[in-house]
Amino acid sequence: MKKTPLADIHVNSGGRMVDFAGWYMPVQYSGLREEHDNVRKNVGLFDVSHMGEVRVKGPKALETLEWLTTNDVAKLNDGEAQYSLLPNDQGGLVDDIIVYCLKKNEDYLVCVNASNKDKDFAWMTKNNKGADITDESDMWGQIAIQGPKALELCDRVFGFKVSEMKPFTLKSGQFQNFKIMVATTGYTGEKGCEVFVEAAGTGALWNHLLNEGKDLGAQPIGLGARDTLRTEMKYSLYGHEIDDTTNPYEAGLGWVIKPAKKDFIGKAIIVGKKEAGLQRNLVGFKMLEKGIPRQGYSLFSFDNKEIGKVTSGTHSPTLDEPIGIAYIDVAFAKEGTEFLLDIRGRKTKAVVCKTPFVQK
Amino acid sequence: MAFHIPEDYYYTKEHEWAQVDENIVTVGITEFAQDQLGEVVYVELPEEGQKITQGQTFGVIESVKAVSDLYAPVSGTVIEVNTALSDDPSVLNDDPVNEGWLVRIEMDTEKELANLMRAPDYKKLISEK
Repeated sequence: MKKTPLADIHVNSGGRMVDFAGWYMPVQYSGLREEHDNVRKNVGLFDVSHMGEVRVKGPKALETLEWLTTNDVAKLNDGEAQYSLLPNDQGGLVDDIIVYCLKKNEDYLVCVNASNKDKDFAWMTKNNKGADITDESDMWGQIAIQGPKALELCDRVFGFKVSEMKPFTLKSGQFQNFKIMVATTGYTGEKGCEVFVEAAGTGALWNHLLNEGKDLGAQPIGLGARDTLRTEMKYSLYGHEIDDTTNPYEAGLGWVIKPAKKDFIGKAIIVGKKEAGLQRNLVGFKMLEKGIPRQGYSLFSFDNKEIGKVTSGTHSPTLDEPIGIAYIDVAFAKEGTEFLLDIRGRKTKAVVCKTPFVQK
Repeated sequence: MAFHIPEDYYYTKEHEWAQVDENIVTVGITEFAQDQLGEVVYVELPEEGQKITQGQTFGVIESVKAVSDLYAPVSGTVIEVNTALSDDPSVLNDDPVNEGWLVRIEMDTEKELANLMRAPDYKKLISEK
């Protein structure tokens, strides 16, 4: 198993370690619910060093990223970031990513999912339009600082006003002798940032953040709460809501697809599917009877036709009730539509609801 | 972490305990099991009168993160179900070996007890985890 620079710190501070996509990662420390609540109320630190970083540089950097991604990369100025997608040539998705513009037209950092890093790097290299593409994943540690008190902690630690940065922007700095890049992005719905730090400085920064944030309630947060927090926001997770076969419009990701602006890999198939009429939508739902939805469970209409599948489901710690995300036939996708969820052979009433589940 | 593992109970390798009182067997999950599960949020149990078979699933326990099957330590008929758990499943985290009992079973045959672990063996099993 691969280890992040923080693996020993997690073990020594009581993290329960699991294999996550080949990485030795903490699933929880004090307990999932307590950690989840602490991110909603105070501030939590996440080790996200397992995420991959791919650098795209040179005179052909922008042209290459335009072709590789669905969003409008050209509009990014220095220090701006955007959520985007790597489409494949079959109308599906290689990954979902964040593109950081370090220098307009010629220097970008692409943050990719840990589980997809090698696949993404190979794909980007194969479809390169002449940029200098390097895998910088081993160079960077990454810490996410999330919660209503996150920006207060960041302002204390980073020597500049992170609280005054716009969402989806990036600022370079130093921590001790290590280079850092602070990005106002996140995966919880809370205020906060994600900090890239030279790998060797990750441990020092982690410990410093915990110490400086003691009075704010700063705590380490495991992958378990990371998943429940993103589910409450209906944020997609690769391998759940999106995969190699997903049409991004069906996944509700039309807002990051800009076909009018440029050409990109798979554009005709992706857009064609939308124009032909989408078959299914990704919706959030709640239970009307007892039971907890889980990935893979089937959805049925009241006349017993299969109409969809659950992509993510859990008991929401914030709402203290079960919540689920599912693909459902478009005819049933309207808010308020009731359907049946097959929970281990038991048909259980559920209803399409408004998302995000937790309003921020 | 020191778990309370009553000496007079029987144990399954799937981390259920069985307390035997003549032919009535009370069943629950061990402290190790609840610790592994994390916060229990839902329990699905059989109904009174239902027949269950040793080694077969008789219910489901769910934490925020995971779904786990419950395995019957002995065969028999369910004569009582801990209905308090459906309102407050957190009892399973707080006191799994007493208040958090799941079902009581009228056992078909004592012979099946020979297939279960006693406390020292069970302690050994979880120390290897």
